[in-house]
Amino acid sequence: MDGFFARYRNALVLIAVLVVFTIGLAVQVRRPDYGSREDGKHVRVFRYWAVALVSPFERLFRATGQGIRGIWHNYIDLRDVRRQNEQLKNDLNRMRLYQAAMAEDARQGQRLQALLEFKQQYIAKTVAAQVIGTSGSEQSRVLYIDKGIADGLKADMAVITPDGIVGKLRDVFQHSAQVLLISDTTSGAGVVLETTRIRGVLRGTTDGRLRILDVLPDSRIKPGEPVLTSGGDQVFPRGLKAGVVESIGQDRNYALVTVKPTANLARLEEVLVVMEKGAVAPEQVAATENEPETGARGEHLPQLEPETPDEAVKNAKEAPLPRPTPAVRQDTYSPGATPSAATLTPGARHDNAAPAPSTEAGGDQH
Amino acid sequence: MAALGRMYSSRREMDEHVFHPAISLLVPLVAVFAGAYLPKLAPWLMILDLPLVVVIFFAVARRSPISGVMTGALVGVLQDLLLNQPIGINGMVKAVVGYVAASISLRVDVDALATRVVMNFSFCLLQSLMLLVIYQWLLRDANVQTRWLHELLRAGVNTVVAIPLFFLLDYAKQRA
Repeated sequence: MDGFFARYRNALVLIAVLVVFTIGLAVQVRRPDYGSREDGKHVRVFRYWAVALVSPFERLFRATGQGIRGIWHNYIDLRDVRRQNEQLKNDLNRMRLYQAAMAEDARQGQRLQALLEFKQQYIAKTVAAQVIGTSGSEQSRVLYIDKGIADGLKADMAVITPDGIVGKLRDVFQHSAQVLLISDTTSGAGVVLETTRIRGVLRGTTDGRLRILDVLPDSRIKPGEPVLTSGGDQVFPRGLKAGVVESIGQDRNYALVTVKPTANLARLEEVLVVMEKGAVAPEQVAATENEPETGARGEHLPQLEPETPDEAVKNAKEAPLPRPTPAVRQDTYSPGATPSAATLTPGARHDNAAPAPSTEAGGDQH
Repeated sequence: MAALGRMYSSRREMDEHVFHPAISLLVPLVAVFAGAYLPKLAPWLMILDLPLVVVIFFAVARRSPISGVMTGALVGVLQDLLLNQPIGINGMVKAVVGYVAASISLRVDVDALATRVVMNFSFCLLQSLMLLVIYQWLLRDANVQTRWLHELLRAGVNTVVAIPLFFLLDYAKQRA
């Protein structure tokens, strides 16, 4: 007997290891919520150790890289800044005029929505996080971010960028969290095609692409059509950009709609984690327009005060018309600089008449 | 020099190598860390599997199947911990790779360049095949589709990376 074990010792060790792993896999896969988010208690502890082992190095490398990039961009590589500044000023002036027109359209839309008692989920609070690492394998598409339980993050919170949705939180640790990308095969998001209003479930494929499942063939679906979140998954707020239709094929009875994500999932530096969503009437957004604007680095989007629908409608009617931001320096494009149409005479020449924004305001076109 | 100061009973014994404990610990850790960090800088680097390269290197250098199994299992589990999948998939696969690599090293001169090229390429493909078997037969995951052209490319890229890495790690070898 001893001779047998001595002779086949190597193979027996391999078999023992494989048996242990197989049992371990069976126990994990047997969990009813496998593939959704939660690991077993012990598995979670092991994952926590691994992340705790790797993430300090990732933070260190990231901080070093950021420092070097900062020195280069902020002190050395400033050759075209002056020209860009001039161009941006011109763009800003043009945008002010455009904003005034858009604000009026928005107010009109809000009034109509108030009449229909339309309610929608809005992003109430977000936390900005830095991406510090990846899974390092094509087997699963996950990211690691530098915020965790200590920052108020919880599993299943939506992760987005200004460009579009990114994924949702899977495992959340004390100071880091694992983000399951929408391109992972176990991920899923409820989406709706913007123009055709066809609904489906957006899922990742093994090659990292996105596909809408369970959609019946429809000739109205065209490449380039925007895909938005439907809000039906209870993770992503409704109306966020998810991607654009890239191609349409057919698989048996269903259409194979391949979607290109609007967020660049391969090169993410910063993301926003949606901490709170509010089911509020859209006119309430108007009341928050004076609050600080939130960019990709912002700590939160405007807070929404709870209001009754009646008060909200009343406030919407009483809220002043949004005005464009005052110009730093008065010029021919600034609101108020253009004479009233009543003072103008057809055919007469006026020195102060403001030119059309699309042509004159763009100083770079001269 | 160490070989001269000690009597070896076989060619195999003479070719066995050991590593400083710090090397045995740090190299796999750095490989896992680099695997997780590099794709952030360049997404196409996701194709690299540095932990696999490290497992093959340690297995053939130590020429001990048991050591190969243990190294592969530990590195694989560490890799699994960072993924969104059950723990043990990479552990199983890399344990088998470690065992086979060490077993082959007992019969073949694995220090030759050509052998290293063939070995790395083959083990990459073996890993892809075993992953497919585990996903489809053991986990019954219907979503998994293997793109063999992609797997061939992956094997080629990993082999190209493995060769200079093997030469670099050769400096850390010590005679047993």
